[in-house]
Amino acid sequence: MTTYRTCPRSGLQFDTQAEKLMLANAVVAVVYLLVGGILAVGVVLTRWPAVHWLAADNFYMVLTAHGIDMLIFWIIFFEIAVLYFCSSTLLRCRIATPRIAWLGFALMLIGSVTTNVAIFRGDSSVMMTSYVPMMAHPAFYLGLILFAVGALVGCFVFFGTLVVAKNEKTYQGSVPLVTFGAITAAIIAVFTIASGAIILIPTFLMSVGVIKEVDPLVYRTIWWAFGHSSQQINVAAHISIWYAIAAICFGAKPMSERVSRGAFLLYILFLQLASAHHLLADPGLSTEWKVVNTSYFMYFAVLASMIHGLTIPGAIEVAQREKGFTKGLFEWLRKAPWGNPVFSGMFISLIGFGFLGGISGVMMGTEQLNMIIHNTIYVPGHFHATVVIGTTLSFMSLTYFLIPVLFRREMISPGLAKLQPYLFGLSMYFFVVVMMGAGTLGVSRRHWDMAMGGSPFAYEFPGAAYLMMGLVGITGVVAIVGGALYIYITVGSLLWGRKLDAGALSPKTVPIPVVPSTVALQGHGSAGFAAPGTFALASVFLVAFVLYYFINWKYLSQVWGLS
Amino acid sequence: MSAILPPSDRLWWKQPLDRVEGTWILIAFIWCMIMFAMMVGWHIYGKQNLSTETYKTTRELFTAKTQAVVDKYTVRTETDKNIPVVRPPAGSDVYLISRLWDWWPILELEKDKTYRLHLTSMDYNHGFSLQPVNINIQVVPGYEHVVKVTPNQSGIFSIICNEYCGIGHANMVGRIYVK
Ligand code: HEM
Ligand SMILES: [Cu+2]
Ligand SMILES: [Cu+2]
Repeated sequence: MTTYRTCPRSGLQFDTQAEKLMLANAVVAVVYLLVGGILAVGVVLTRWPAVHWLAADNFYMVLTAHGIDMLIFWIIFFEIAVLYFCSSTLLRCRIATPRIAWLGFALMLIGSVTTNVAIFRGDSSVMMTSYVPMMAHPAFYLGLILFAVGALVGCFVFFGTLVVAKNEKTYQGSVPLVTFGAITAAIIAVFTIASGAIILIPTFLMSVGVIKEVDPLVYRTIWWAFGHSSQQINVAAHISIWYAIAAICFGAKPMSERVSRGAFLLYILFLQLASAHHLLADPGLSTEWKVVNTSYFMYFAVLASMIHGLTIPGAIEVAQREKGFTKGLFEWLRKAPWGNPVFSGMFISLIGFGFLGGISGVMMGTEQLNMIIHNTIYVPGHFHATVVIGTTLSFMSLTYFLIPVLFRREMISPGLAKLQPYLFGLSMYFFVVVMMGAGTLGVSRRHWDMAMGGSPFAYEFPGAAYLMMGLVGITGVVAIVGGALYIYITVGSLLWGRKLDAGALSPKTVPIPVVPSTVALQGHGSAGFAAPGTFALASVFLVAFVLYYFINWKYLSQVWGLS
Repeated sequence: MSAILPPSDRLWWKQPLDRVEGTWILIAFIWCMIMFAMMVGWHIYGKQNLSTETYKTTRELFTAKTQAVVDKYTVRTETDKNIPVVRPPAGSDVYLISRLWDWWPILELEKDKTYRLHLTSMDYNHGFSLQPVNINIQVVPGYEHVVKVTPNQSGIFSIICNEYCGIGHANMVGRIYVK
């Protein structure tokens, strides 16, 4: 029997079954963030040269677990909750097949625990990429496969829910933009999980001795079709969240639906093909294949991200200007609710994702430039800007909105919550910058000892590289404190926060009211120049991008000749 | 109309663009095309392009080829493991084995001369990271990658392994001299 609850604080309507599923997925996600965060202490205190804490075997084990628990388990559990929110809640309909959704959840949970057990046994320290022929314990792959099947079930429940909404006419016209973004994420997820299955199932069979060999280069190519596309899921998901937060905090409407939806469509069409940029330094793949994949395909995706990067702050600017913040270029931004962690986290995420993650990613995704970056610690620098500042911080901001609305609790320590996005986000900014600095000086990723203690040919890195890695240590520890605050606030609110009024229950859904379209036509898309401040910010971004891009070509032109 | 509600204008795709959006899309598109042109242009005019010449190989085959070059061109040995230092003639084929956990042999090259450097791995993936130059190439078992290199400075260079390859990974360092 389906019942619906209308939240008195936000007006959102929740199917109570869907609500429980969102809660369960979000809570497990946060537990994995906690585990991954504790592991980050081990990683960062070992890479800090002056501390060099863990022994080599423990370091590689902890790093394998950190990568998997954060990148896969924290993010995907949370994304499943987001998918259910964007379908059942935003479309005000019942969730399709809640029992099957619980089955998916159980598979994900069992799978993730299995993989963790395999890692902490100590014989599966193969890093999240698990390149063959290096072999982990069979349970390592089995856990990942179960998890992937569970996530796939979640995606299909999401698609099923869209069908329910359509059939039961809970909305009129097209789905909301945020739901459209979630559809993008889910479509990419299906492609991703299929690639994952194609490569992980044979590898599992190899680990139990049924198959003799999986070709190492084929493995890398297909693994990255999975590993990279899964990052596109994250991008589509956190960009949808940015749009949602802009709507929640400002009532912002997309500047134009056509542009924003078109940009999501570009993701579906092109982003999953960009896996080539992980293979630019590999043998055996043709130059044409590398160039086509990283330019035509990847650049259309880059174009899409640059569009979202403009239209989201643009939508906020338009909404603020309508409220009367029209002075100069930036009054709309100065008068934004910087004390509200839902907004501040989202904005810090957007700026960091664009300036740090975006620019560095496009630079190192350039075929020739990749040679001066591949497998250096620059790479984790780049992706902490994307998956931590981008995805993780957006999820954190959304949580602050969900605590009263979904968890029905008053947030504990609002003062700390105000501080948290700044502490976590800004320390992460510094963290990724110094990591990229160290990578530019050649420091390797996944490397236990930059002094190469045991080797007769040890290379002495310049002092600046040691300094940067020391700063990685310090800023990393500060970021971990910021992450711990988030967990304290979230879990604390769930456990001890004052219970809030749940709102009225009803056995029937109230469809989304239809706004007369004459009102809408007076809205945007007026062919004016509605967001000059955003345009100025975007221009600063472009200048930084162009300069940094060409600086790296200059650097490349000085190294040994290669042909 | 907001991003979390269905577009109230059911014909949303007919709305005109704002000039901010239109201009930005145009600029971003042009920039993407410039980046594409850079990549292609560098293949024509640039001096640093990674070769894609690759052959399937086996441990035995590659070891034999490396051994032949070592036998022919070793000039001295180094360290208590007697690692040969190979000084091949300019323009020749040079072989470098990567394995758990060393690079073998040591190479001695001449500045501004070009060599055909053959790379493969005997076991897991390894990473060829030349320092302090900072050139990084993936080394994949079963594949022989032939890279033409032209050192443009003399000195002592280290090859750090930068693909995780097990417990000895951090000690896997090789050497190249350029005279
Ligand atoms: C909160 C503070 C965090 C700190 C201080 C931290 C620190 C680090 C460091 C230093 C490395 C690189 C180690 C190396 O290559 O030698 C690393 C790797 C990694 N981190 Fe984090 N991290 C944090 C949070 C996160 C989060 C939230 C995510 C994902 C959402 C994440 C995902 C990863 C991944 C995927 C790797 C790569 C593992 C590999 O190379 O296989 N980290 N982290
Ligand atoms: Cu190695
Ligand atoms: Cu290694």
